[in-house]
Amino acid sequence: MIERSPVFNIFTYAAMTLGLLVVLVPFWIVIVAGSQSLQEVSRVPIVLWPSSHLWENIQAAWARADLGPKMINSLIVASGVTFGKIVLASISAFAIVFFDFRARMVCFWMIFITLMLPLEVRIVPTYAIAANALLPFQVVLDTLGITGLVQTLSSVRIGLEWNLLNSYTGLILPLVATATGTFLYRQFFMTIPDELIEASKMDGASPVRFFFDVLLPLSRTNMLALATIMFVSSWNQYLWPLLITTDRTNYGTVVMQLKALIPTQNGTPDWNVTMAGALIIMLPPLLIVALMQRWFVRGLITRDK
Amino acid sequence: MERRAFYRNPVLPWLLIGPQLLLVLVFFYWPTSQALYWAFTLEQPWGGGNSWVWLDNFIAIFRDREYWATVARSAFYAICTTGLSMAVALFLACFVDRSLKGTKLFQSVYVWPYAIAAPAAGVAFRFIFAPQSGIIGSINQIWPGIWDPSTNGVHALAMVIICHAWLGIGYNFIFFLAALQMIPRSITEAGAMDGARPVRRMFDLQLPLIAPTVFFLLIMNLISSFTDSFGLIDTMTEGGPVGSTEVMVYKIYFDGFKGLDYSGAAAQSIVLMFLVIALTFVQFKWVEKRVHYN
Repeated sequence: MIERSPVFNIFTYAAMTLGLLVVLVPFWIVIVAGSQSLQEVSRVPIVLWPSSHLWENIQAAWARADLGPKMINSLIVASGVTFGKIVLASISAFAIVFFDFRARMVCFWMIFITLMLPLEVRIVPTYAIAANALLPFQVVLDTLGITGLVQTLSSVRIGLEWNLLNSYTGLILPLVATATGTFLYRQFFMTIPDELIEASKMDGASPVRFFFDVLLPLSRTNMLALATIMFVSSWNQYLWPLLITTDRTNYGTVVMQLKALIPTQNGTPDWNVTMAGALIIMLPPLLIVALMQRWFVRGLITRDK
Repeated sequence: MERRAFYRNPVLPWLLIGPQLLLVLVFFYWPTSQALYWAFTLEQPWGGGNSWVWLDNFIAIFRDREYWATVARSAFYAICTTGLSMAVALFLACFVDRSLKGTKLFQSVYVWPYAIAAPAAGVAFRFIFAPQSGIIGSINQIWPGIWDPSTNGVHALAMVIICHAWLGIGYNFIFFLAALQMIPRSITEAGAMDGARPVRRMFDLQLPLIAPTVFFLLIMNLISSFTDSFGLIDTMTEGGPVGSTEVMVYKIYFDGFKGLDYSGAAAQSIVLMFLVIALTFVQFKWVEKRVHYN
């Protein structure tokens, strides 16, 4: 940079340190409060230095919110969404970018319009579909008269039903059904030079071979970025799991359990346990972001722009 | 997307794109059309399906004073979180862009809030701002009752806004820094040679040059404040005290799932959808213009 004056440098460091405080203070308070005993955490003003009860508090939170099975559920959902998204996004982007077929642009727009409306704004009807994911097909069959036809012919009434409530499929599929990853892959595939396809065609490679032997290895960074983004966002989902799981004991995720950890109005204000719980719940995505930073930052910028 | 070399195959592309299309149809288009259907119909209390009521549901929510209060509150919420979060992120990005020694360390920490689940941050900030406990509580001991988000609606709203803004810092920072680093060094140097000081360069050079990013982030932040606030509000205030933190998404959830008024909730969803679509449309228009200028 241009101004190398010591005064301006000191000012820069001061400003950056201020920023560091703004970002880190909430983390620090979570760690501090999570490591204190009930007496210590209830003290006003609080001592902003960690104490020695972190492990006990984590155990208490773990037991109170039943975090063991919930962690496994969260892990299943987050990996399921990540994996599903990577597979679907890469193959659908492959079709859109490298194939010439008639409805290509229509498919393209049909998928990309979904970027516009986040799950939260269409939550009520999406919930209704989760009760029976095959409902659209049933309606189509009914309106086309196929149901009636089959019924008169074979006296069997077609009743398509696939309930997604309280299932991993229900937790995962609606989160996979967005265009984020497809867009990221498309942006990347567009940068692949035509010569590469021509060369592989000349060598007699089939499209599938080209996909596996050329495209996938080239898009490894892309995949890491998408994996990080998807893992973090699906781990952190709150509203959707809350709606689709009525059976919290078996299908609840950790983030849903946060509310159960908050001290009640007239109960013991044991914020130390709450904070210890919050700490372990926020840790997995934080670690992933911290470790994968280089890749995910690049991915984020290409995805959203 | 002009490509000279293509594959042609009558079946394969459909097999590849099929799963994604199917998911999008079942979980996007069908629910969205359902929301439209519900918004224009009303379920009969004695059963027997929905009756078509045209715009009655919309008229009902638009006549509702409380609904307008929610809309105004959401707009206020969105503007405050967006402004606050972007200002902090831009401030940090400008200093990080000077890339002094050790900057990388600061830079990687600034990204952290991106990884945090909104409800987890909500729980943490609820403790930080709890009127009886350790941190804000000490101010309350000096001036009793100066801060109490559990009874004072303004305090509660401020608390949620601060938390939402904090969560957005990481995302905004990433984009601002990337945009600032794209500015060619020579332009900044030329500005400096002409005697422009850093603040002057910031306003006359850097800001205009990163304007597309600023605009993009503005829209993304507004959309996210309208749609992503549920987890925060549910863990921090549950819409209270007396509805003073009830924003549009929370009201949809509350009316639809607690009040079981699907038609009303669907009509509200449609209004929110239009809002988000309008914001996205503005964004697209801008992108088009920018491409045009290039």
